[in-house]
Amino acid sequence: MKLGYYPGCSLKGGSREYKESVVAVCRKFDIHLVEVPDWNCCGATAAHNMNKELSLALPARILAQAESAGLDEIVVPCAACYNRLKVTQHEMAHQPELAEKVKAILGMEYKGSTSILNIIQLIEKYILPNLDDHYYRPFNYKAACYYGCLLVRPHSILQFDRAEDPQTMDEAIRKIGGTPVDWEFKVECCGAGMSVSRTDLVAKLTGKVVENALYRKAEVIIVACPMCHSNLDMRRPDVNKYLGVETTIPVLYITQAIGLAVGIDEKTLGLQRHFVPVHLPERNEIVDMPAELVTTQGKEE
Amino acid sequence: MARIGVFICHCGENISATVDCAKVANTIAKINGVAYSTDYKYMCSDPGQTLIKDAIREKHLTGVVVAACSPRMHEPTFRKAVAEAGLNSFLCEMANLREHVSWVHEKAESTTQKAIDIVRTLVEKVKKNQPLDPIKVPVTKRAVVIGGGVAGIQAALDIANCGHEVVMIEREPSIGGHMSQLSETFPTLDCSQCILTPRMVEVAQHPNITLYTYAEVIGLEGFIGNFKVKVRKKSKSLDEDLCTGCGLCTTKCPVKKIPSEFEQGLGFRPAIYVPFPQAVPNKPVIDRINCTYYTKGKCRVCEKVCPTKAIRFDQEDEIVDIEAGALVLATGFNILKTNFFPEYGYGKYKDVIDGLQFERLASASGPTLGEIRRPSDGKVPEKIVFVACAGSRDPAKGIEYCSKICCMYTAKHAMLYKHKVHNGEAYVFYMDIRAGGKNYEEFVRRAIAEDDAKYVRGRVSTIYERDGKLIVKGADTLLNGRPVEIEADMVVLATAGIANHGAEELAQTLHVSYDAYKFFAEAHPKLKPVETNTAGIFLAGACQAPKDIPESVAAASGAAVKVAALFSNDELTRDPLVAVVNRFGPPLFSTCVGCFMCQPVCPYQAIEKEEIKDRAGNVFKVLAKVNPGLCQGCGTCVALCRSKSIDIYGYTNQQVYQEVVALLNE
Repeated sequence: MKLGYYPGCSLKGGSREYKESVVAVCRKFDIHLVEVPDWNCCGATAAHNMNKELSLALPARILAQAESAGLDEIVVPCAACYNRLKVTQHEMAHQPELAEKVKAILGMEYKGSTSILNIIQLIEKYILPNLDDHYYRPFNYKAACYYGCLLVRPHSILQFDRAEDPQTMDEAIRKIGGTPVDWEFKVECCGAGMSVSRTDLVAKLTGKVVENALYRKAEVIIVACPMCHSNLDMRRPDVNKYLGVETTIPVLYITQAIGLAVGIDEKTLGLQRHFVPVHLPERNEIVDMPAELVTTQGKEE
Repeated sequence: MARIGVFICHCGENISATVDCAKVANTIAKINGVAYSTDYKYMCSDPGQTLIKDAIREKHLTGVVVAACSPRMHEPTFRKAVAEAGLNSFLCEMANLREHVSWVHEKAESTTQKAIDIVRTLVEKVKKNQPLDPIKVPVTKRAVVIGGGVAGIQAALDIANCGHEVVMIEREPSIGGHMSQLSETFPTLDCSQCILTPRMVEVAQHPNITLYTYAEVIGLEGFIGNFKVKVRKKSKSLDEDLCTGCGLCTTKCPVKKIPSEFEQGLGFRPAIYVPFPQAVPNKPVIDRINCTYYTKGKCRVCEKVCPTKAIRFDQEDEIVDIEAGALVLATGFNILKTNFFPEYGYGKYKDVIDGLQFERLASASGPTLGEIRRPSDGKVPEKIVFVACAGSRDPAKGIEYCSKICCMYTAKHAMLYKHKVHNGEAYVFYMDIRAGGKNYEEFVRRAIAEDDAKYVRGRVSTIYERDGKLIVKGADTLLNGRPVEIEADMVVLATAGIANHGAEELAQTLHVSYDAYKFFAEAHPKLKPVETNTAGIFLAGACQAPKDIPESVAAASGAAVKVAALFSNDELTRDPLVAVVNRFGPPLFSTCVGCFMCQPVCPYQAIEKEEIKDRAGNVFKVLAKVNPGLCQGCGTCVALCRSKSIDIYGYTNQQVYQEVVALLNE
């Protein structure tokens, strides 16, 4: 099956392992990812702080490119890109005057018909229903699913999950044999782009996230956003300094966790690229394994 | 020859700002049959009405068109004025130049032209108007009050004290409503039970009031003055005449751990129960869903211990019809619950409770006998955070309105807590303090200044539990949005007041309109606040919008006066704008062929069969006949009639045809 794919800058740079795991998992499930041709920056935080029309024109061009390439459904793994694309589609649909201006800037046809999936929606739609066919071993860990802000907010536009207490990632982890912990910081701010200018703030905010995950006895933090990942992983030394404890809890992308569960090797998933080493204990015994998955346990492809 | 008078109103500037009223008057004056045409600033004022009356007398008018606002408000005004000048009031029509023209269009030539067109059609219509006489219908002088909370109680007592019969219908086993659950009331801190329970007893003992508890309205037929209310009296599994209310059964019932509705889940009740000790009537009902006999087929302990043998396991629901002239809806409100607040942990943490639950904790008759103890471990909380606007004024939660009562009861809660736990700390997170009302602002100030409630202006983002404490994170927007974190022992959410469950179904049963939030809609927000759009059905209390006790009581008395005014007449006059089947002399009698297509479509069951008999008494023709007492003039039968034999007075086919022709013939 063919699916459009917008990587954005992060997946080509700082979070290569996210891209590697997305591609590897999709390949396993026979999803052929087709990159949006000649894609550009989504504008991220910078554009919408400076110029409204620019902040819409950039994502609109990506969507227009996808349309012209005949991609009616695209997956956008980066939560920030996903948010910008969805917001743009919404504003273009609801503000006709603004939409006309943006279209004039684009100079290309824009219909706004592309269906935009975030990574969790991709997993829900195409991975989990076919999980049984590829199930290898349970991801048998206590996981703190961290959604951050961009994946679920603003709810009025994204219409995805519950903004204050999202559940979809927890559900995916449960399906691959993990135990999502009930914790309080799943939608708290990680500090985001302050990573560069105010690392001390990020250390504090992310520190609280890490601390709460550990307090709730999580063994691994699961994310779906390159920004969250870099703050939780790359900024760990600062976080540890703030916390005054050497925390070692690894941070995995949801696709890496799924990749492990379907038997993709660690290197292909890019686990070695993390700053916080991923040493998940071997755990072959089945604990809290969902009944429907027991039959497929240990099956190789 | 028709002599029509046309009166164009400026409505201050409401109409004249976009419509050239003088031009409309001048243009209309040239129409054939118009004897007089003028414009004036306020046609509804005394000089305006005098203008109309004088013109009728001086110009010998045969019909009047007032071009002004919507007929909803002032049609009665102008019809009355016309009648005073000696013309039949139904020879007066209104052209709506405000809602249909000036308010919806910019100032332009075409706007004035539209006004002219509308007036022109009405002139043609009124030429065909016939003098009509109001219909008189008898009034059943008995009121049904639905809901036995403080509003229903007030309305019932007021009506009963005017000498009229009242039937009160309450869904729960006892009357009293939410007010009976409250501890003390703002702004005087008098005990809610002490002021309410005597009123409850008064209802039960009033010779003019019949009380049906554990009963629901399931149907309504008829119209103002002549309603028939269908009520289901749910089986209490009890012979109420035999029961003395001794309470032995409730103490012996083996099922004891059912969360009590009255205690808001903070206490328990048995399967056979009286909701609270001061209940009226003070006789138990069996909750069949939880009773062991009904679920498992054995037990019958209550039956064995009952000294008067009053238990009736085989009792069935009873349906009763009540004839009534008017209804008062006083079905009250509810508060928002459950997982609406995942971020506040409501339903997840035992010590995050809502305002009604706090009322029970603070109540002398509550599960803790008035001591403030938190639900999880029974400890006295040293620090409580009160969160105002939990759900209210929050478009993200789908509730954009202000629940109105929360600012005041939250101040009261903080105060009660401080009175009972002197060393305790009370924090209140708020958006604004809305304390409009007599002595309300002073009350809130007292909570802050004398009782040291710490008010923090800002919203709470999240609440979570940690080591037995509830961590409340919020912002203090008076300190530049500085984040605030409080370790509390208990959190009280002032959750939004919402329409009571079942409100929508009841509104549909009664044909009463309701708003987007399922609150019942008043007929006019300012001038008809206790009326509904259905004549003869009135509103009292919080079923209309969140209201506090004084407001609910005031509205209830208002509704009671409306009912009493209705009952002050032996007959009601109704507009005669009803359907009629044409009748002629013999041999035709009518063009009606007796197909009765009209009968099933009539929503009011107003169509009857009329038999035409010859001298020998043999039926030779059956015609449809409209009962003018039942007909509401909706016109469905007119549209359905295959032989065009039905017309509506005031809107005859001919009148409407004249209007259309006038529009087509420029």
